[in-house]
Amino acid sequence: MSTIHKSPWLLHYDGSSCNGCDIEVLACTTPVYDVERFGVINTGNPMHADIFLITGGINSQNADVVKQIYEQMPQPKVVIAVGTCACTGGIFKECYNIKGGADTVIPVDIYVPGCAARPESIIDGVVKGVALFKEKAAALKASEKAN
Amino acid sequence: MTIQTRVIFAICYLILCPFIIGLLDGFDRKISARMQGRRGPSVLQPFFDLKKLFEKEFLTANKSQLFMIRSYLCFIVLSGILFFAGFDLLLVVFSLSTAAMFLILASTSTHSPYSAQGTHRELVQIMSCEPMELLVAVGFYLAAETFNISEIIAGTASPYIMYLPGFFVGFVFILTIKFRKSPFDIATSHHAHQEVIKGVTSEMVGKEYAMVTLAEWYENGILLGIVGLFFLTNNILSVIGAVAAILVVWFLEILIDNTSARVKWQLMLKLAWGVTIVAAGMNLFLLEIIKG
Repeated sequence: MSTIHKSPWLLHYDGSSCNGCDIEVLACTTPVYDVERFGVINTGNPMHADIFLITGGINSQNADVVKQIYEQMPQPKVVIAVGTCACTGGIFKECYNIKGGADTVIPVDIYVPGCAARPESIIDGVVKGVALFKEKAAALKASEKAN
Repeated sequence: MTIQTRVIFAICYLILCPFIIGLLDGFDRKISARMQGRRGPSVLQPFFDLKKLFEKEFLTANKSQLFMIRSYLCFIVLSGILFFAGFDLLLVVFSLSTAAMFLILASTSTHSPYSAQGTHRELVQIMSCEPMELLVAVGFYLAAETFNISEIIAGTASPYIMYLPGFFVGFVFILTIKFRKSPFDIATSHHAHQEVIKGVTSEMVGKEYAMVTLAEWYENGILLGIVGLFFLTNNILSVIGAVAAILVVWFLEILIDNTSARVKWQLMLKLAWGVTIVAAGMNLFLLEIIKG
């Protein structure tokens, strides 16, 4: 039986967020919400991460950083865009330096809307991300066997 | 100790150690979570983490890193076999130091600034712990007049803690560092948002990181074994006391971890050496006077 979904490690990156969503992401790890009960660890290292949680829109400066972090994460991996800015660019969308949501540079799997996204909806997004992580792991295993 | 018993003890260590230490690690996370008012993950979480790491894609910046990590694991396991099969305590300490050298080589084989910073911390860590580890071996030699672990246990009717309380205090103190509990900015740490990221293990991906974790479990088994050695005598029932002492020390480490969350490495270095010199030094001095 695969238990890979029981150990999803998160990497949180703040794009050009106003910090509203970041505070809510950190709130998920506090005793009230305790996301660690799902086996989640908030890691600082992309090489150990399974789920990439991104907050804030993408601007010209952080586009390369986001791409590099994504490339450093080993397969299988899931990307979750948290908050309206990470989903679409939000109220900053029309700014001259903003490219838009996280999906303008990397493929995003799960969108969590909200300004700021509530901890409940972030946890909901993470749980959906974990289910997808399991699917991706199974697909990766199948493709490895085929090769 | 016959050769058969030595082989049985070595095999038991090889098979049981990861399960016992992994489970203790799981309970550790559960108890830590409870202390912080959280529910915490399942007690089997360390095994889920390990299994996942083995299943992840393997990326590496330098192929020699995998070889170094395999050597690290092998030397730790070798030290454990030497310890639990009742061979030379001094050899165990030296073998552990050799293993640590392979971890350093593995982390410096990449050019990541985080690995470099982590290696620096790891070296400071070794510098603070190594004197005490060596002194423990010396302490047992002075009390038992042999380095041979099976003879150390067989040659006494009263536990060594009575002769070596200072060594015990010093050893329990450095265990906090060896278990990578406190200080928080130590070479490897699971706390995000700190300047060393994951230190020595920053560039270790998937199975490499899994092997390092496994090696740490085997090493923790040896360290807890040394704690037990302070309480073992030639009476077989002393095993119960040794296991109880191990569990008490293990709980104490969790308590220290949760109550000294912001200790930094500078303080670690000063305190570790201070405790080593005062506790172990005094004990050594008194032991010499009594013997002399």
